[in-house]
Parts: sequence; C-alpha cells; structure tokens
Amino acid sequence: MSSDSSAAAPQTRAPFRLPLHWLGAAPFAIFVLLFLIMPTMRIVIGAFQTPDGSFTLDNIRGLFTTSILSAYWISIKISIASALLGCLIGFSVAAAVVLGGLPKWIRGPLLTFSGVASNFAGVPLAFAFLATLGPVGLLTVFLKTQIGIDLRALGFNILSFWGLTVTYLFFQIPLMILIITPALDGLKREWREAAQILGATNAQYWRMVAFPILLPSFLGTLALLFANAFGAVATAIALTGSSLNIVPILLFAQIRGDVLGNPHLGYALAFGMIVVTGIANTIYIWLRARSERWLK
Amino acid sequence: MKKFWAWGALIFGLLYFILPLLGMTNFSLKMRRGVYSLDAYAVVLGDPRFQETFTYSILMALATIVFGVLLVVPTAYWVRLKLPGLRPYIEFITLLPLVIPAIVIVFGYIRLYNTSSWLPLTGTTTGTNILLMFGYATLALPYMYRSVDTGLRSIDIATLTEAAQSLGAGWTTILAKIILPNVLVAVLSGAFLTFAIVIGEFTMAALLNRPAFGPYMQLLGANRAYEPAALAVMSFALTWGCLGLIQLVSRFQKGAQSAA
Repeated sequence: MSSDSSAAAPQTRAPFRLPLHWLGAAPFAIFVLLFLIMPTMRIVIGAFQTPDGSFTLDNIRGLFTTSILSAYWISIKISIASALLGCLIGFSVAAAVVLGGLPKWIRGPLLTFSGVASNFAGVPLAFAFLATLGPVGLLTVFLKTQIGIDLRALGFNILSFWGLTVTYLFFQIPLMILIITPALDGLKREWREAAQILGATNAQYWRMVAFPILLPSFLGTLALLFANAFGAVATAIALTGSSLNIVPILLFAQIRGDVLGNPHLGYALAFGMIVVTGIANTIYIWLRARSERWLK
Repeated sequence: MKKFWAWGALIFGLLYFILPLLGMTNFSLKMRRGVYSLDAYAVVLGDPRFQETFTYSILMALATIVFGVLLVVPTAYWVRLKLPGLRPYIEFITLLPLVIPAIVIVFGYIRLYNTSSWLPLTGTTTGTNILLMFGYATLALPYMYRSVDTGLRSIDIATLTEAAQSLGAGWTTILAKIILPNVLVAVLSGAFLTFAIVIGEFTMAALLNRPAFGPYMQLLGANRAYEPAALAVMSFALTWGCLGLIQLVSRFQKGAQSAA
C-alpha cells in the first residue's frame, strides 16, 4: 500500500493532487478482472466465435438441437419444481414459527439449523439422500417392510427428476426459511389492527394486506432458489453420475472431454447457463428492491 | 386449529431434515453385517487417499482464507474511507459469483490460463494450485466481503484512522493493528464460511484435476457403498462445526459490546 502515502500527506499542498487514492482499490479490481470478469467474458465471447475467431451465431444455433434443448428443459423443470416446493414448504415452516403461536425458543435453533442445512450441499448431500431414499435406503426399506409401500413399484427412483428435486429441497427449504423469516417479522402488527378496525376478516387481511406486501419477497426468493438449483453441479453428479441429462452435467462432461464434438458449442452451453441464472437473479434483485420499500 | 397447522408444518420440515441425517448415519454404521459398527469410518480414516485429499483441501482452505482476508479487508476499508461512491459497484461485483455458476467460471479459467495462453497457470502444479485458490477466493468473495463490510460499518473507521495517523501510524500499522482487530469477528465469520465452502468443493477441483476432498468423495461414492455415508456424516459434522463457530464468535462479540 505504498501508493497511498500521498493521500495521507498533510493537506498544506496545492489543492490539485493526482487521484492516487483510486490505487487503493486496484488490487481488488485486478483480481476481479482476472479471475471473475475476464474468464466469464471469454466464455461469452467464445459462444459467438468460430474456432478461427470470426463472429458467428452457429454455436447459439447449435444449442437448438433435441438433446441440448431437452437438457435445458429438464434442468429448468427441476429448478422450477425445487424452487416452488422449497418456497411453499419453507414459507409454511417460517410462518408456523413466526405467526403460528409456537414456543419462542424454537426460532433460534431453527434459524441456526437452516444456516447449516442451506450450506450442506454438494457431494455429501447426495450420499445422505442415497442412504435414505436409495434402493436400500433407510426410508425406502422402512416403508417397504413396515408399511408396505414400495417406492420402486410406485415409480420413484432417486436417480430421476423427482429424486433430484427432493434432494435439492434439502438446501432450498432452509434458504427460503432464512430469507422469508425477516420478511414475516416485518409485517407490522399495526397493519393487522388497522385492517381489523376497518372491518376486515382474517382472510381479507391476508389477501389484501399481507400477501401483496410479501409477494415481492416471495417471488424474489423463488428466482434466487431457481438460480441456486440451476447451477448446482456437485450434488447432481454425485447422485446420478451421468445418467440424467441436465445442463450442468452435460457442461461438466463437455469440459472434461468435448462430448459434443465442438469446443465452441461448450461455450454456448455455458453462455446459456449465464443467461438463465442472470435473468433469475435480475428478477430477484429487482423484486428485492421493491419489497424493501415496505419491509425495513 | 391454527396451532395444529403450525405444529404440522414445523414437524414436516423437521422430518425432512432429520430423516436424511438419520439415513446417512444409520447407513454409515452398517458396514459389518447384522451389527452396528464403526468399520466404515475406520476404512475411510485409514485410506491414505483420504488423508492426502483432506490435508490438501484443508491447506487450500487456509490459503484461500489468508488470501481472501488480505484482499478483502484493505479493499473494504479503503472503499469505505476514501471511495464511498464506489461501494454499490463493488457490492454488485462481489455478488456476481452467486450469479455466474462456478462451473462457468472454471471453464473460463481453463480456456484463459491454459499452457498456450499469456499466463499459463495450468501448466504447472503450483500454478494450478494457485489458480484453484483464486477460484475458491472468488466463490467465497460474496460471503467474505459482506461479512467484513458489515463489520466495518459498526466501527468509526474515519476517526480511528485519523487518531492512528496523528500518532504517526502508517497504513500497514493502521490495517494490521487498528482495523483488523476491530473487525476480527466479522473476518472470522467469513473465514469459517470460506472453510466450509472450500473443504467440500467439487466442481472447480475436479475440472482443474487437483486431488481435493470433493472429487475424492465423489469417486468413493461411485465405487463404494458404506464409506460415502461415513464421509457424509463427517462432512456434515464439519459444516456444523464451522457454522457453530460463527455463531459462537458473533455471540462473543455481542457479549463484549454489551459489556463495554
């Protein structure tokens, strides 16, 4: 930080100084440029280039083949399913704890636990679910031998769409609880009282006051959970190997060994992921700004 | 009636979390036929590959934390002190790693820093290790930056800086002896979270071909039955430990503040 000494110099000199204090942000700027911005730009630009470097839309067009489109479609379906269910279940649990009149001491441990569980993703999570809902998992065996429900016969398979969705929910639900609890706390008692004085029923209060206020947080979190599930690689690979054709697994295989037979198609695949998560996150940020108008 | 539904929702949620944890614990103890035993744990702990990859990941996590602190603390401090106009932009940038999937970032690394590029980091083992550490630092950036920035908000850095300067302190002294101790709790929270992220990270390590713990777990999962469950129990305990420590230090800070 030797460059900063001029900024620290006594104020007796002429008012004009070189803007050296900008240099204090330089290490950070260089790091971010080299290891975040440029790698991403390389992918984005590569998606629009031919192998010899000229501009083309062929790579993007190449995405619109049956196998790649179906990979995107399955990925998006899993992400939507796990985000929707995660939002609904997480909301129910958070609402139960904040508004449902449960003992106050439940709240602290629940939030701590949610913090841990929302970070317990990746390879170990897949193992946990294999041991629970896999062919010889705890719950599968219990349901089969004790209750007589054969999950396999019902068509459930942990290496499938629903298997992956159920597994993702393990980190989606706690994330929802973590984000929505402060929003529920932000519902002021005065609003409910004001509504009641004006003659509103409980249902009317929820439909016309609480719901519209919570809606941006709810939808915003939905977008965040969607992006969260869409980019999850490790859980999917550890759970299904390469048996399920979803985008992160396809991209992983493509980076490892060019399974698509065209390196630039890989760029386009990655670019597609950025576009999808980018849209989801833009929605999240926009709705978050809207919800903060009321809840703060 | 309302209470009934509330309990129902809570119990459903709890079951959802407890069953997989029970499942993996139960499974990890069943390696020996018919009885519960710790055989799976013994096998895992005795595996030299486990020891190698686990040590490697711990070292990477420590290196990432040191690098992250050296990068984030001076920057967050400087931006708050001298460049407040830049804060929204920096905040936006630090959130980008949550938007861009890790697999895309590492794909960019492989294309940008391969052996035929201007900075051939992937050409040597040390270079790849450094690149992986930078990658981890990028992944941890949102958590580290936000944690440190929140910590800085609670102290009056302008006054502290002026006071230190009038006593003749240079910038290094100010950062190391004034700012860092004051935001230590925030730094530690960021550090534990970084540790939890790095220790089990799979995608970057696998694609850069480094012998880290995440890829080892995945490999074991593809080939064995009981050992993966034991690994899952251990890594859950590790995650729990890291986040428990965060709670502990932040509670410690609250106690210290109210005492002051």
